[in-house]
Amino acid sequence: MENESWAPSASIEALRSRAEMLRGIREYFHARGVMEVDTPALSAHGTVDRFIDSYAVPGAGWLHTSPEFAMKRLLAAGSGPIYQLCHVFRSEPAAVLHNPEFMMLEWYRPGWDHHRLMDEVADLVAALVTDAPASERCTYFEAFERFAGLDPFLAPLTELQEGLGHHNVALPTEVSGEDAQDRDFWLDLWMGAVVGPKLGRDGPIMVHDFPASQCAMAKVRDDIPPVAERFELFWHGVELANGFHELTDPDEQARRFAADSVWRRRQARPTPPLDQNLLAALAAGMPEGAGVALGVDRLLAGVLGAASIADCMAFDTQRA
Amino acid sequence: MSMIGTNDMKPGVKVLFDGVPYSVLENEYVKPGKGQAFNRIKIRNLKTGRVIEKTLRSAETVESADIVEMDMQYLYNDGEFWHFMNPASFEQISADKIAVGEAGQWIKEQDEIRMLLWNGAPLQVTAPNTVTLKIVETDPGAKGNTVQGGSKPAKLETGAMVHVPLFIAEGELVRVDTRTGEYLSRAGK
Repeated sequence: MENESWAPSASIEALRSRAEMLRGIREYFHARGVMEVDTPALSAHGTVDRFIDSYAVPGAGWLHTSPEFAMKRLLAAGSGPIYQLCHVFRSEPAAVLHNPEFMMLEWYRPGWDHHRLMDEVADLVAALVTDAPASERCTYFEAFERFAGLDPFLAPLTELQEGLGHHNVALPTEVSGEDAQDRDFWLDLWMGAVVGPKLGRDGPIMVHDFPASQCAMAKVRDDIPPVAERFELFWHGVELANGFHELTDPDEQARRFAADSVWRRRQARPTPPLDQNLLAALAAGMPEGAGVALGVDRLLAGVLGAASIADCMAFDTQRA
Repeated sequence: MSMIGTNDMKPGVKVLFDGVPYSVLENEYVKPGKGQAFNRIKIRNLKTGRVIEKTLRSAETVESADIVEMDMQYLYNDGEFWHFMNPASFEQISADKIAVGEAGQWIKEQDEIRMLLWNGAPLQVTAPNTVTLKIVETDPGAKGNTVQGGSKPAKLETGAMVHVPLFIAEGELVRVDTRTGEYLSRAGK
């Protein structure tokens, strides 16, 4: 029986385009005085994010799902603006836009807010992609108003549930009582199945000001309603990047970590030890600033018109 | 009863919903940013043929359906049951009119068919996409009062009725598309 999985999942031509993109990224940041760093992929701690599953390495710790924690510690140590290009690992099934191991570009700008960073994201995309259309911006509210026809903050839960049918999305079969009442459960489904796929049809678009309940590690602004200073970059309906005006308050970060940790344990999901080193770094003082993480494989797939990110990486999970 | 996870529901996999067997046609993994993951699947009801969509939470498990697809040889029918044989094992199995369905009008003895078995029992018989059958009854040509356009009805050796071109005569062999019931071509003498 012939073994044909020795061959790469990407063509050599695609790999050349990948190399060009990586080079373009390094040149971009070098020209702007942003320092490249590399931090451990293996750590004693991990993310306790509710919906991100990490790989445990028996006896050695956890593989990083993002270099965020280590990079924030560098910021607290006075690194100044930094970027990293690295493989990250998430225990997820392989799919058109997913591979358990993928390449992340992550960078941090001390002293900037998320709006200033969005300007740079737009600028980087323009630098990397020939003839890229100009980037647009809109709020989470505007995206839902336009593509879902509802107010994500005020629409009653019943409207969120029943409205899905109008967009040909079958209601989830088994919804626990807890999930049925969880506004974010429904907003996630709307974003994933209805709104997201319609974003960025004409060019890159950044959605900002997420519901406060979806703040992750971003600051929450006390508007009416309160919003998370978080943004996501979409293009051709694909989510390419996620950025924050970073939370710097160690107590608030500790509270979020604890809540997520408890939630994961209650769901019997493997829960890495929460990162005490990050909390200590925040207590020591991380400068105000903004950061963003971008999926390089997805950006490349979009540029090349590839059917899947597997076509843009040397060996996808099936051939690794 | 074996359960499979949403991520293992690849096209072609057979699953049960409310006791009814379905074949998975498509499975789209949807995961927004830092949110929950879902699988939007398109599945075909193996009894009715109807296609429906379902949204599952990525963690869900569903009962897999014990569906086996097998090539078998049609032996004969006794009016009530249709009898088939597994050419590899020589095992015989009989299927009723419901399982045989449309296929019954196209197959003659020794033809190879595709059989779907559910929990070991015949669920559905599918005839080959095209078959060659003899015309046992048809009017000679332009004469006759049932001519429509340039075709006329003809009865095949299996009892099926098809419309054939006027020049086709009784006793001739014709190729028919079993999916549409349409005449394709002459098949030589």
